[in-house]
Amino acid sequence: MNARLNPWLLSAPALVVYATFLVVPLFLVFLISFFNFEFYGGIEQAFSLANYRDIVTDSYYYEVYARTFGVAAAVTVVSLLLGTAEAYVLSRMSNRWKGIFLMVVLGPLLISVVVRTLGWALLFGSTGLISQGLMALGLASAPVNLMYSNTGVIIALTHVLVPFMVISVWASLQRINPSTEAAALSLGASQFTVLRRVIVPQIMPGILSGSIMVFAMAASAFATPAIIGGRRLKNVATAAYDEFLNTLNWPLGAALAMLLLLATVLVLVSANRMIERRYGAIFNQGQR
Amino acid sequence: MAYLALKGLTKRYGDLVAVEGLDLAVERGEFISLLGPSGCGKTTTLHMIAGFVEPTSGSIELDGQALDKVPANKRGLGIVFQNYALFPHMTAAENVAFGLEMQKMPRRERDTRVHEALQLVGLAHLADRHPARMSGGQQQRVALARALVIRPSVLLLDEPLSNLDAKLREEMQLELRSIQRTVGTTTILVTHDQSEALALSDRIVVMNQGRVEQVADPFSAYEGPASGFVGGFLGKANVFTPQAESGEAAGRARIGEASIPMDGLPVPRGTVIVRPEKILFSEPAACALPGRMKARVFQGNHWLCQVETSVGEVLVIRQNDGVPVPDEGQPVHLRWRARDMCPVDSGTRP
Repeated sequence: MNARLNPWLLSAPALVVYATFLVVPLFLVFLISFFNFEFYGGIEQAFSLANYRDIVTDSYYYEVYARTFGVAAAVTVVSLLLGTAEAYVLSRMSNRWKGIFLMVVLGPLLISVVVRTLGWALLFGSTGLISQGLMALGLASAPVNLMYSNTGVIIALTHVLVPFMVISVWASLQRINPSTEAAALSLGASQFTVLRRVIVPQIMPGILSGSIMVFAMAASAFATPAIIGGRRLKNVATAAYDEFLNTLNWPLGAALAMLLLLATVLVLVSANRMIERRYGAIFNQGQR
Repeated sequence: MAYLALKGLTKRYGDLVAVEGLDLAVERGEFISLLGPSGCGKTTTLHMIAGFVEPTSGSIELDGQALDKVPANKRGLGIVFQNYALFPHMTAAENVAFGLEMQKMPRRERDTRVHEALQLVGLAHLADRHPARMSGGQQQRVALARALVIRPSVLLLDEPLSNLDAKLREEMQLELRSIQRTVGTTTILVTHDQSEALALSDRIVVMNQGRVEQVADPFSAYEGPASGFVGGFLGKANVFTPQAESGEAAGRARIGEASIPMDGLPVPRGTVIVRPEKILFSEPAACALPGRMKARVFQGNHWLCQVETSVGEVLVIRQNDGVPVPDEGQPVHLRWRARDMCPVDSGTRP
C-alpha cells in the first residue's frame, strides 16, 4: 500500500463495474450502429454510415428528437421552478418539519417509476380524476384527455424527476451564509430582490447540477414516455426500444441511441460552460 | 432628546428571556458598546434594532420616529456581521454598490460614492476582486464600506473583529475608531471582548442574562463597576468582604489579618472589589495582608502574580518597571488604598 496506489485501489471496484457494465456495452452499441440490417437476412457485420444517413435524412426522426429534447427542456424548466422554490421553503423550515417534508419530497423515489406512471395514467384518462375535476369546476366543457399527450408526459416526468432538483438545490442552500440575506435586507433590498440578486446566484451550482441531472434523465427516460406517451408520441428511447425489440433492427436502434447520447452531452456541456462563465465567482470559490 | 431610544425592550422565546426591559438612550454620533458573555442578549438587542427580530414588548425610537412597524429593509441602518456576510458572487465594488443600487442612485454618482467608501477603508485598489480572494481583514473592510456607503443613520457592528487574529484586531480597532470619528455615524458595537469595548466606546453597556448591569463610560465602568459581575467581566478583579472594626480601631476595615484605615471614608458594607494593578507589595504592616507568592507569570510589560492569603487567592499585577518581584514561595505583604476598594453589592461608592 502506498500513497500513489491507494486512490487506484480504492476506486478499483467502481472502475471494474463501470468498465464491464457501462463502457463495454456502450462501445458494443457504438459498433453495432455501423452494422447493416437486412429485413430477411438479419444483422451483417460491416462498416457503413447508412443507419446514421437514414436518421439524418428522415424527417420522422427529426420529430422524435425534437419531441425528446422539447419535453426534456420543459421538464427541466418546470422542475427548476418547482424544485428551487420547494428547496428554499424546506431550508427555511424548523428542523423537525424539515425532516418530515424532506421525506415527503423524497418519498416518490421509493416507489417504482412504472407504478407511479400507471398511477398518473389513471388520473390522466378522459374519465380520470383530472378530467372530472376540471369539468366539475367548470374549467373544461368537454372531457380532457392527457393520456398520449406531451403535456401528460411532461407532468408525469416532472413528478418523477423533481426530487433530484430539490436535493441538489437544497445541498447548495445549506452552504449559503444566512447572514447574506439579512445583509441584503439591511441594505434596502426587498424580499424578492434578495432572492433574485443574492440567493439564486449563490445556489447556481446546485441549480446547474440539478438541471443537468433532470435534463439527462428526462431526455433518456423510457418508462414514463412509453406508458403516458404511448407509441404515437415516441421519444428517442422508446423509438430505439422498438427498433431493438419489435423491428429487430439493432443497428438502427443503436444509431438512434448514439445520436441521443451525443446530443445530450452537447447540450449539457454548452449549458454548463455558459452558466459557469456567467457565475464564475461562485464556481471558483473552492479553489483560491 | 436621545437620537436612538430603546424603551423597556424585551424579547422572550417561550419561557426563555433573551432581553428583559432594556432601556438605553443613545446620542447622535455616539459610539456605544453592548458588552457581555455569550447568551447575555446583546446580539438579540442588535437584531431587534436592525429589525431582524421582533421585540416581545417595548419600543425602539430613532430620531423621534417609532421603528416598531418599519421593516428591516426600510430602516436605513448599516450592519456589519460577524462573518462579514459579503455577497460571494459580487466583487468588492459590486458589494459596496448594492445598497446604493437599491436606492436607485444614478450610475455616475454611485461609482463615485463606491470609490470614496473603498478609499475610506483603504481598499480602492481591490475594487474588482471577489471576496473569496481576499483576506479576513480585507473582507472586514469591504463589509464596513458596504455598511457605511448608504450613509446609515446608525451603524450596527455585530462582533465585527472576532474572526481576526490578535494583531489585525488591534489595528482594526484603531482604524474603526478613526473611521467612526471621521464619518461621525452613531454606532452600536456588540462584543464579548472587554478590551475592544474599552478601546472603542464612548459608553459601555454591560449586559448579563438579558439585563443591563451598568451603562457608563469605559473609565468609570472599569474603576467603579456597579456589580460584582461587571467588575469580573471588565478586566480582572479581587473580591473581598471587609468587616467594620469597632472600639479603638473604629473607622478601619478588616480583611483577613489586615486592618485598613479608611481615611474618613465609610467602611463599605457587603463585598468590594480591588483591581490587581492597584495592589502593591510592601513591608509587613498592620494594614497589609500577608500571604505567600504561589505563582508568577511574566507577560513582557507586566508580571501576573497569584498570592495565597487567609482570604483566598489574590491576583496582583505589577508593571515590569525595574522593581524586582518576589520569587515564587516567598512570603509577601499586600496593601492597597482605601479608595481602591469599590463596593459592588450595596453600600456607598467611593
